Amino acid sequence: RDWRTGCFDEECFGVLKMFILVLGLLVGSLMPLGGAASSPDTGTGHGGSHGNKDPGYAKNGNGTTYSKKPFPVLSFDYEHVRLPFEISLWVLLASLMKLGFHLIPRVSSIVPESCLLIVVGLLVGGLIKLVGEDPPVLESKIFFFYLLPPIILDAGYFMPIRQFTENLGTILMFAVVGTLWNSFFVGGLLYGVCQLEGHKLAYVDLLSCLLFGSIISAVDPVAVLAVFEEIHINELLHILVFGESLLNDAVTVVLYHLFEEYSSVGLITVTDVFLGIVCFLVVSLGGIVVGAIYGILAAFTSRFTSHTRVIEPLFVFVYSYMAYLSAEVFHLSGIMALIACGAVMRPYVEANISHKSHTTIKYFLKMWSSVSDTLIFIFLGVSTVAGPHQWNWTFVVATLIFCLVARVLGVVGLTFVINKFRIVKLTSKDQFIIAYGGLRGAIAFSLVYLLNPEHFPMRNMFLTAIITVIFFTVFVQGMTIRPLVDLLAVKKKQETKRSINEEIHTQFLDHLLTGIEDICGHYGHHHWKDKLNRFNKKYVKKCLIAGERSKEPQLIAFYHKMEMKQAIELVESGGGSKLPSALPSTVSMQNIQPKKPSQDRALPQLSKAREEEIRKILRTNLQRTRQRLRSYNRHTLIADPYEDGWNEMLIKRKKMKELEKKISQMNNYLTVPAPPPDSPTIARARLASDPQAWGLKSVTESIPTIKVDLASPQSPESVNVVDEFSKKGSQPKEEEGGLTMKVPSPAKQRKDKTPDEEPQQRLMRCLSDPGPAAEEEDEDEPFLP
Amino acid sequence: MITIVMGSFQSLPDDHQYRTLSQKTGFSLEQIAILHNRFKQLSQNEETLRRDDLKTIQDLESNPIRSQIIEAFFDSRNFQKEGVGSVEEIGFEEFLTVMSYFRAPPQHITEEQREEMRRAKLRFLFNMHDTDNDGTITLEEYRHVVEELLSRSGALGRETAKGIADAAMLEVASISVGPMAPDEFYEGITFEHFLKVCKFVHLYA
Repeated sequence: RDWRTGCFDEECFGVLKMFILVLGLLVGSLMPLGGAASSPDTGTGHGGSHGNKDPGYAKNGNGTTYSKKPFPVLSFDYEHVRLPFEISLWVLLASLMKLGFHLIPRVSSIVPESCLLIVVGLLVGGLIKLVGEDPPVLESKIFFFYLLPPIILDAGYFMPIRQFTENLGTILMFAVVGTLWNSFFVGGLLYGVCQLEGHKLAYVDLLSCLLFGSIISAVDPVAVLAVFEEIHINELLHILVFGESLLNDAVTVVLYHLFEEYSSVGLITVTDVFLGIVCFLVVSLGGIVVGAIYGILAAFTSRFTSHTRVIEPLFVFVYSYMAYLSAEVFHLSGIMALIACGAVMRPYVEANISHKSHTTIKYFLKMWSSVSDTLIFIFLGVSTVAGPHQWNWTFVVATLIFCLVARVLGVVGLTFVINKFRIVKLTSKDQFIIAYGGLRGAIAFSLVYLLNPEHFPMRNMFLTAIITVIFFTVFVQGMTIRPLVDLLAVKKKQETKRSINEEIHTQFLDHLLTGIEDICGHYGHHHWKDKLNRFNKKYVKKCLIAGERSKEPQLIAFYHKMEMKQAIELVESGGGSKLPSALPSTVSMQNIQPKKPSQDRALPQLSKAREEEIRKILRTNLQRTRQRLRSYNRHTLIADPYEDGWNEMLIKRKKMKELEKKISQMNNYLTVPAPPPDSPTIARARLASDPQAWGLKSVTESIPTIKVDLASPQSPESVNVVDEFSKKGSQPKEEEGGLTMKVPSPAKQRKDKTPDEEPQQRLMRCLSDPGPAAEEEDEDEPFLP
Repeated sequence: MITIVMGSFQSLPDDHQYRTLSQKTGFSLEQIAILHNRFKQLSQNEETLRRDDLKTIQDLESNPIRSQIIEAFFDSRNFQKEGVGSVEEIGFEEFLTVMSYFRAPPQHITEEQREEMRRAKLRFLFNMHDTDNDGTITLEEYRHVVEELLSRSGALGRETAKGIADAAMLEVASISVGPMAPDEFYEGITFEHFLKVCKFVHLYA
C-alpha cells in the first residue's frame, strides 16, 4: 500500500475521476440512445432488461426515397457496439472499484471487500433506477457460465491436495450430511411457520419450502473464499469450510432438481427419494469422472507442447471449461467436475509446462477469478435494487433465524460424531469458526432466480428472503469474523514456506508409517496411499509426463523447484546479496562441511594464519573465476528461446554482485572476507534447472574445454592459485567441494578420477561444475504431495 | 474381557502380563491381543522375532527405507530401557514398545503428557537417523537418509542427494543456531534442533 500521503491523495483522486467517468458512461449507455433498432441481445443480462425501446427516429434506409446527402465524415452508431461496450464498462467499473478500495487503507482492513462491492452495487443500481432505467439483473446463465467457472477453477487448480484428502471424510460429512440436515431443518420449520402464520403464507406448500431450504442451506464458495482469504486462518479450518462449500454443490443440485420437478405435482414418494439418492451418487461421481477425464486429456496434451510453449495455458483453461460444460450437459455437478479436472491435471501439467506458462496460468486464473468475484458482488447489489421484491417480515426473519440455528446445530452435532474418528480433534473454537464461516452467496441467489414464477408464485418472497440472508451473512458475519478470529486467538496460517527439511521428513514419515502399517498387517490409510503412488509412478506418469521428467522423483523435483524459486527471488530482488528466503546470510557451506583431516600428502607445515590467508584467497578467486566462466556459459547455452530473459537476469545479477564485492573488498585480497555466503546458493540455483526447459544438454561436453582456456589468463591471482594448489595439496579442494554443490553428472563422471588427479586438473574439474544434469537417471518416486 | 483367539499358540500370556504391558505402552488390551497375534504370525510361533522375520513381509519390499525401519525395531534405544546398541532378536514386549510410538494420543491427557509423548515420538525418529548414536545427526548421516529415500528410485547420482542433504542441513543450522561465523563448524543436528525443525510432525498410524 502506498503510504506516501501526497501521492496517495492524487491517486485516489485520479481513481475517483475515472470511476465517475465510467459510471456516467454506464448509466448513459443504458438510456435509449438513437440509432438503428438493433435486435436486443438474446437474454444475456445487461441489455436484456431494456427490451426493444423505440429508437425515436426511423432507421436510415427504411424509407423508399432518399435524397443525396453529403458524405458523413463522422457518425455515431452506438448500437453497433452496445453489448461488448457495456460488458467492458462493467468489468472496468469492477476493477476500478477494486483499485479504489485498496487505496483507502483503513476501510479495507475493517470491511471485507465483498461488503464494499455489494454496497457499490447498491449505489450503482440506485443510480440507474434514479435515471429511470431498469437496472440489469444478475442473469443466471451469465452467472453460471461465465462468472462462476473461473473462481472454481482457480480454487480447484490450487487446491492443497494433501490436506484435502487427509480431511476428506470430515469435509464430506459436513458437505453432504450437513447440507441435508440444514435443508430439511430450515425447510420443515419454515413450512410450519407458514402454516401457523395463516393467511398470507398459507399458500406456501411443503415442497416449495423444502426447495427453498435446500437452496439456502448451501454454503457458498465464492463468499467463503472472499472472506476467508482476508483473514488468513489456519489451513485446516480453511480447507474444511472451503472444501465443504465446494462439495455441497452435488447435494444442492440433486435436492434442487428433485424438489423443483415434483413441486408442481406436489407429492414425493419413497421411490423418488430412493432415486434421489441414486441421482446424488451419479451426479457427484459422474461430475468427478468427467472432470478427471478432461484432466487426463489436458495432461496428455501438455506432454507435447514443448515446441509451442505459448499456448500451453490455453489448454489448461479450455479443457477445464469443457469439463464444466460437459458436466452441465448431463446435469451433473459442474463444480465438482471443474475441481476434479484442475486437481487431476495439475501435477502432470506442471511437470510438463515451462516456468513462464506456469506463471501465466497462475496469474490469469487469479485475474479472472478476481474480476468474476468482484462482478458477482456488484451485481448482487444491483440486483437487490432491481429485483422484484416481496417483503414479509415473518418469513424473512424466520428464515434468518432458522438458517443460523440449523448451521450451529449441524456443525456441533456433526463434529461430535466426526471427532470419534479423527486423530486431530476439532475443538470448540474450530467448530465456532466453521459454523460462523458458513456464508451464503450468489449461487443461492441465482438458483432462486432460475425458478419459474408460474410454478412458484412465492418466488419473489423467496428472493427477498435469500437476499436478506446473503446480506446478513456477508455483512455481519463477514465483517465480524476477523475480530472474532483475533479475539478467540484462532491459529493463523503459518507463513513459513515449505522447506526442504519438511519435504524430506514428510516423505520419510510417509514411508515409515506405511512400513509400520505393513508390519502390523493393517491396511490403513498409508498403505493405500502408497499403492496409489506406486501405480501412479509406474503407469500414469510415464504416459502423461513428457520425456525424462516422468522419472524424476518428487524430492528432486521439489528441490529443483525450490532452488529455482530462490534464484528467481534473488534475481528479482535486484541482485542483492541478501537471500530473501529462510536462510540468513551467515550460515554457509563451510559451517557444516566437516573439516576433513588433511590426507596423506607431504605438505610443508604452514602456519595457521598463512593457511587462512591462502584459503581466503582461493575462495575469492575461485568464485570470481567461476563467475567469469559462467558469463561464458551464456553463449554456449542452447537455451530455450523463451527462457532468454532468465540468463540475462543472471548476468545482470552477477555483475551487480561483483560490483558490490569490489566495493566492499577495497582491493585488499589478503583481508578478503569470507565469500558472500549466498554464493553456494547461487551456485546451486544456477545448477538446478530443468534440462528439458533449458536445453542445456550440449553444455556438459563443451564445458571442460572452455574451462581450461579461461582459467589461466584471467588474472595473476588465478595463476597463483594454481601454484598454491600444487603446494598446498588437497585441502583447499576439500573446502571447495564444500562450496560447490554440484548437481549430478559432470562431476559424477569424473568422480572416479578423484584420488589420482593432479591438483591442477582437479581445480579445473571442480570449476567445471555448472550445467544441470543432462542425463536423468532412472528414478521413480511418489509424486503425490 | 478379552477372548483371545489364539488357540493354536503354545504359551498364552496371561491377563496379568497383558495388563502390565497395557500400563507400560498405553495400548488397550484388545490392541495388545491383535498385535500379539501379528507377532506370533511374523515370528512363526516363536518367542522372539528376528530381522529375517520382518524381511519376509511382502509389502515392505517396495519401501525405500525398509532397512531403517527394521533396524529401528532392533535398536535398544527405542526400548525405553537404558540400553544402547542393537540386538539380534526381540521379544513381544520390545515389539510392542516400538509400536507404541505410533499410537495416537488419547484425548484426555494433559498438555504436558501430550508434549512428552510427542518428544518420545520425535526421539524415535531421531534415533532412526542418528545411526552411530552420538546424539547428533551429522551431515553424513543426513545424506544417508536422503540417499535411502531416493534409493528406490534407481541409481540416483550421489551428488544430488548430497546437494539436497546439504541444503537441508543449512536450513536446520540457520533455524537452530542462527548466524555463524565462517569458521564455526556446525557439528550436526542435535535432538533439540531436531525438535525445532519438526514442528509439523504427526506420527500416527
